[in-house]
Amino acid sequence: MTLILSFFLLLPVIAIFAVSFWQSTAYSYSPAFIFENYEFLLSSPVTLSVYIKTLMFTGITWACCLLIGFTVAYFLAFHVRSLPIQIGLFLLCTVPFWTSNIIRMISWIPFLGRNGIANNTLLELGLIDKPLEWLLFSDFAVILAFVHLFTLFMIVPIFNSMMRLDRSLIEAAVDAGASGWQVLCNVIIPLTKPGIMIGSIFVITLVMGDFITVRFMSGGQSASVGRVISNEIALLQYPAASASAVILLLTVLIMIGILLRFVDIRKEL
Amino acid sequence: MKDIIGKSHRSNLTKTGKQRRLLMKGAAATVAAGTITGAPMIWAQNIKNVTLRQFGTGVSNLNDVADKVKEDLGFTLEMTALDSDSVTQRAATQPKSFDIADIEYWICKKVWPAGNLQAMDTSRIDNYDKIVGIFRDGKLTPESTIAQGTAPHSVGFVDGPEGKEFVDNESGWMTLIPTIYNADTLGIRPDLIGRDISTWAELLNPEFKGKASILDISSIGIMDAAMVCEAMGEISYGDKGNMTREEIDKTMAIFTEAKKNGQFRAFWKSFDESVNLMSSGEVVIQSMWSPAITAVRAKGIPCVYQPLKEGYRSWGGGLGLSKNLSGLELDAAYEYINWYLSGWVGGYLMRQGYYSAVPETSKNFMSEDEWGFWFEGKPAQGDIVNPQGVVMEKAGATRDGGSFEERMGSVACWNAVMDENQYMVRKWNEFIAA
Repeated sequence: MTLILSFFLLLPVIAIFAVSFWQSTAYSYSPAFIFENYEFLLSSPVTLSVYIKTLMFTGITWACCLLIGFTVAYFLAFHVRSLPIQIGLFLLCTVPFWTSNIIRMISWIPFLGRNGIANNTLLELGLIDKPLEWLLFSDFAVILAFVHLFTLFMIVPIFNSMMRLDRSLIEAAVDAGASGWQVLCNVIIPLTKPGIMIGSIFVITLVMGDFITVRFMSGGQSASVGRVISNEIALLQYPAASASAVILLLTVLIMIGILLRFVDIRKEL
Repeated sequence: MKDIIGKSHRSNLTKTGKQRRLLMKGAAATVAAGTITGAPMIWAQNIKNVTLRQFGTGVSNLNDVADKVKEDLGFTLEMTALDSDSVTQRAATQPKSFDIADIEYWICKKVWPAGNLQAMDTSRIDNYDKIVGIFRDGKLTPESTIAQGTAPHSVGFVDGPEGKEFVDNESGWMTLIPTIYNADTLGIRPDLIGRDISTWAELLNPEFKGKASILDISSIGIMDAAMVCEAMGEISYGDKGNMTREEIDKTMAIFTEAKKNGQFRAFWKSFDESVNLMSSGEVVIQSMWSPAITAVRAKGIPCVYQPLKEGYRSWGGGLGLSKNLSGLELDAAYEYINWYLSGWVGGYLMRQGYYSAVPETSKNFMSEDEWGFWFEGKPAQGDIVNPQGVVMEKAGATRDGGSFEERMGSVACWNAVMDENQYMVRKWNEFIAA
């Protein structure tokens, strides 16, 4: 286990860290120990705006995924009584995931376009008199795709936590006179925290590192940290890309560190 | 697997090497005499086992070509299609991953110094003398002036097989064998615009707010941007293909402002994205490539490759040989290149709207009507179909921009890589992130 981890995780990270101090020209790069990559990265106004944008995507996507994921999991775990139906519905949630996520993402494009189904339907219903431009190639589209792609990662761990929750606790709470809302806030949410945390870690890391969704759904008009890195790689700026990757890794690690302060996953599992 | 095959070739080679040289001379003589057979040689048994790995942009990396190679030459050609950036990256950093690089001339300028490609001996290229002047001395006709940017001939030759420096004469050692090239301009949807478009400046016309697009490949995008800014009269450039920092700043400032005002619907990076943007009506005016126009039209949607008064932004591509090629595989590569220039591929590509490096051989593989339409700019006599058999143009239509001489004769600049490339890329990234 240690061997596998050190070979496939630690070694690449060390390599990226090392390369981030290399120097580069337009088409070549060579070992060195310079801080220029970091200097440029940390002093560029682009970095700040890109991080703000990425954090915004992450924040909104996380909130939407949590809301939808929790509701769906709650419905599955507590409202559906029979186990076969529960499992059936759960599998139904995973059906879209049988196709590649690129396909699922790209399918939104004709749907949301200027002459797409969404706009045409709204026009025919008379709700709008000209097509909504912001539906596609906008931050809205990016977040919509993210939520669509990543909600399942929230549903699964939360559903899992809920299924393991001891039902007698809920009965006890109800017997003691708690209202439905109180049961939810004081019993269910605290006890499903580990599931919520695991789901959050999935969603946050996926969104922070994404580049392809942002590119397609914003029509190439928005930048995220992942896109900046992918651009740098495309332009052979490996040292600069490594530096960006190191900073991104640190940011995500800090975010997860903060999350883990709220819940001790090890203990709760 | 590849390794094993490679080794067996090398052992065979010692036997056939000399014989092969002799055959080459014979072959050259036959072809020079005017019979382009494209038929496999006697050593076909040996060469059948060869696999050449070619990579390049989707433009010319066509499976039809690979199939035809198998049929005509007997060996296997594996094609990998990538976008321009990935192509550059691979040519510069992964020399062992390919045998033949299908790259553009400006990419060549960038990756040649990395030393992963070998120069080609023009005496082994049968149709060398018939290659269009643009790729040899830079001039289409003796009177032509050479456009701005990385003109193909300026990076087309080096001083020897191991040469690193480009030379300005036909030294006999070619970096890339030109394959296809074209003159690019803006694509428009005439049905959605409803008036004449005659200048690059229209791309930033507020009339098309939220309906314009530009390609997000910095080195090409900046050229289109420069064509626009120059046409608007905002900036006059010393050389659009090699801008100063100040020129880059000014250009990007104009485009950043337009972006913030919502001028652009999207930016595209790959060919199919540009087709989808145009055919869905999301965009009515954008930088576009010729086959993308054809693809939109094939769907029955009107789309024009609008000639503009400032001229075209042009590009050219060619085949480069990997440094690792030697022996039988190198022979096969030369064989492939000679076949490439012998006309079939040229005809195929010209029927998609590109130009072939040796137009006169391509003519043999096109009908008179096709040649008249695509090359001479004459009205089509009958329906013009693409290589897949889809009708592109009805009888009576003429090609946007006219004949070969008219189009290639009004090139304003070539795709280029600038001295300030790194600075430009940073500025471009700021523009995208803005």
